[in-house]
Amino acid sequence: MALVWVAALALAILLWAIGSDVAPWAMKYPRDLIIPLKFWISDLMAWLVEDATFGLFTFTELTRGISWLIERPYRLALGLLSHGLLRGQGSDAVQILPPLSWIAIVATVVALGRYTKDWALAALAGGCFLYLAIFGQWQSAMITLASILIAVPFGVAGGLFVGLAGYRWRTVERVIRPVLDLMQTVPVFAYLVPILFLFGFGPVSAIVATIIYAMPPMVRITILALRGVPDDTVDLGNMVGCSQRQMTWKVLVPTAMPGLMVGVNQVIMLSLNMVIIASMIGAGGLGFEVLASLRRLDIGAGIESGVAIVVLAIALDRLSQALANKIPPEHSEAEARRPLWRRYSYTSACLAIVMVTGLLGLFAGWVQSYPEAWAVTTGSVWENLVTWININFFDELEAVKTAILLNVLIPFKRFLLGLPWIAVVGLLAVAGWALGGWRLALLCAALSLFNVAVGLWAKSMITVYLCGISVIFACLIGIPIGIVAAERERLWSGVKVVIDTLQTLPSFVYLMPVVMLFRVGDFAAMIAVVAYALAPAIRYTAHGIRQVDPQLVEAGIVSGCTRIQILTKIKLKLALPEIMLGINQTIMLALSMLVITALVGTRDLGQEVYIALTKADTGRGITAGLSVAFIAIIADRLITAGAKRAKTRLGLE
Amino acid sequence: MTETRSKLICRSVWKLFGNGAEAFLRANPDAASAPTKIAEAGLIGAVRDVSLEVREGEIFVIMGLSGSGKSTLVRCMSRLIGPTAGEILFDGQDLLKASAKEMIEIRRHRMGMVFQHFALLPHLTVLGNVAFPLEVQGASRQDREARARDVIDLVGLGGREGYYPRELSGGQQQRVGIARSLAVEPELWFLDEPFSALDPLIRREMQDEFLRLQQMLKKTIVFITHDFDEAIRLADRIAIMKDGAVDQIGAPEDLVMRPATPYVAEFTRDVSRAKALSVGSIMRPLGNAGARGDYAGELTADQKIAQVAPLLRAAGQPFAVVNGTGEVIGELVRDDVVDILMDG
Repeated sequence: MALVWVAALALAILLWAIGSDVAPWAMKYPRDLIIPLKFWISDLMAWLVEDATFGLFTFTELTRGISWLIERPYRLALGLLSHGLLRGQGSDAVQILPPLSWIAIVATVVALGRYTKDWALAALAGGCFLYLAIFGQWQSAMITLASILIAVPFGVAGGLFVGLAGYRWRTVERVIRPVLDLMQTVPVFAYLVPILFLFGFGPVSAIVATIIYAMPPMVRITILALRGVPDDTVDLGNMVGCSQRQMTWKVLVPTAMPGLMVGVNQVIMLSLNMVIIASMIGAGGLGFEVLASLRRLDIGAGIESGVAIVVLAIALDRLSQALANKIPPEHSEAEARRPLWRRYSYTSACLAIVMVTGLLGLFAGWVQSYPEAWAVTTGSVWENLVTWININFFDELEAVKTAILLNVLIPFKRFLLGLPWIAVVGLLAVAGWALGGWRLALLCAALSLFNVAVGLWAKSMITVYLCGISVIFACLIGIPIGIVAAERERLWSGVKVVIDTLQTLPSFVYLMPVVMLFRVGDFAAMIAVVAYALAPAIRYTAHGIRQVDPQLVEAGIVSGCTRIQILTKIKLKLALPEIMLGINQTIMLALSMLVITALVGTRDLGQEVYIALTKADTGRGITAGLSVAFIAIIADRLITAGAKRAKTRLGLE
Repeated sequence: MTETRSKLICRSVWKLFGNGAEAFLRANPDAASAPTKIAEAGLIGAVRDVSLEVREGEIFVIMGLSGSGKSTLVRCMSRLIGPTAGEILFDGQDLLKASAKEMIEIRRHRMGMVFQHFALLPHLTVLGNVAFPLEVQGASRQDREARARDVIDLVGLGGREGYYPRELSGGQQQRVGIARSLAVEPELWFLDEPFSALDPLIRREMQDEFLRLQQMLKKTIVFITHDFDEAIRLADRIAIMKDGAVDQIGAPEDLVMRPATPYVAEFTRDVSRAKALSVGSIMRPLGNAGARGDYAGELTADQKIAQVAPLLRAAGQPFAVVNGTGEVIGELVRDDVVDILMDG
């Protein structure tokens, strides 16, 4: 094993040193051999839109059908929440029913909070929605909420059905697993382009993109939750003679419900994460506000809308989590005998408030919609804060930025760009072979070769450089925090709140303060990526250390280890596999954030995808998107294999 | 024992896990006598050539340690797992030839099963759980709940109908499991280590409860356990399994007195004989004591020695042993009992 490593490294170094003279093709991939994949994809797309047919209906008709299916409920939700039910089109429209009053919506959210958990949650959720009203974000927030309300059920139902199919038929699972891997690693921007082609610009495309983005975890969680149903319970279903359908809906799904609810929460959070990106292809609401302000560099307005998204996210996250963890009611025989309105007291109360405020709203405008005069804006505060920081700390910030750029970023980038592609592919294959056998070696070689062959090598290396440097910084910050926090209960609960919140923030939100302080460029991008990808490094480290068997620690103490020795010789060693998984997660998050930082002017694959989006070039977008995905998959497979080996070696499996 | 008909017959049942199991069995008809061949073929022999009969109305216990294949065997009997080869006759019908539809009908109406970890549905109340098999059959809510209430009373959980499983103790949960399996009035009742997950004290109480129910219901029962004490307490007959094959089938006393293999002997060595042997198995033929008046009292042949031992301590004379119809068939002498007790 060691011999192979030494040989491979020696070859690589040799090639690096003298390659440009002896074998220029090994340094720079020959232009003639580049596969024109992006043109093929664009042609395929054109064929799909223009000529493809399923016999009974064309592909275009299919997409129109899907749009119709989504548009109907979306219009209804939008009507209820935002502009009332309308009759007629465009400017001739007449309002036949006003939307739900802001008071009714806040009351409903409060009732949901109380129903799913307690008054504290009710206050939190109600407070979040009140915030939206008071800070003048109500209208936008309701548009966003409407699209979330439509995307989530589609995402959940779709994920559930695909998951059920994957659970029942092994072949289906074998097919969807790599598809899911791709869907979760291809940057969202990449599939915005084809969606734009198929569904046009507008809220429906945005919802389609959101569903595609939010569904994969639901599929995975469904399969996992169904697999987790105890064998005894499945046997029971068979023994009482359940048909397939009864087995699914009466035994498997209800038993797996707690797990499935975790999936619902995931779908909601991912849908919210998509809010800003989806506004690039026509979603209105808060996401659009953020994007618009980012484009005109109106920091104050951007932050206000960004915070509104976070507030909405927190409310929906906590509510759906409470629903997932809700303890079913205690036994009560009397329940069935109560009158209907008392059995559903929360629903009744909400309906009553909706009616009363609806009627009152006809006479008193402030009941119907929150008066603009009462709204508070914080935009100028943010604006002033940024100005103040820039005036007073400009030199310091600039100095830090320049120092890191010159001493770390640029040398690292030069080094990576100078590597011969053939050596990198070879070393990845060797790593794959060493960690997981020839299959993994083949996978690593094939995927990295793809990036070479489609002519995106330089951009891939820039991606690796930015991602790598960000991950290193994230680990340098995150792992020590995780170690320190793991040992101290109170500190840990505090840190947990912070990283939970960090993970609720949509990725775009990280861009704003970064742009304000560091403007554009690689350094700004790196800071945003580090901030976004920090959470898993902390979480997994702390988790890994906390789950070390206390008996082993006691054994260490009895043998006379000092605190440091216990940490370095026992805890960190045993937590290593978990920490590796944390680094893996950090890499995945970093890559997904990296694509978004294209907006602040990087030159990597993300930029390639982003340019494709602005030019509506399907082939270019998907090719670059696949390249990003393949980098992610290589990293993921190598690290997972490494972690598994470490686990086996430590006897933790 | 009077001759009763067989409810369930297994003939050379095999279950091999691994690829190409069926082809392997076809190619190696002698596999039963050559267990090493199975491993060489990369297969795992979970059940190997098992033949047994379960008689109507008896408690047939399959006993073995974990990994002995007893759970797989019982799952083959109910066809939850398809055996690799063999015949399973249920009232003369070969279950392995039954269609999926027929199997659903048989399971819905004629079989019941109790599971080690209860397998209660967490989202249903006690009532809902017990009524579940009837719900699956499509019975009306009124009918199934009426029937469910009856069986809930039968297992002593009356008043808890509205509780959810998580509100009940382990013992109570298994009572629900038992009630549920009885709701369809099965002819054949499988119990897969029903009491293994319970505390020892509760376990004993549940065994008594189970015997009480069986006295009333007279079901044909296949009972799985890894606990030999439990087996001899409950069983009419016991099959001992080792590595997927049956080592010996017989009444508890047969196993204790005449173990067929060293493995069975090893098992029964530490068993208290007084608990395993019945009065009938050590009684002497009638004769010495002569007239009926000389006996200290009457015992029935199926009582265990441990149960009657205290009576014999005071009595100077032997006891008369009577069969089910009250006819005197032998006598029990104190010295014989003492011998057994001394053996431990």
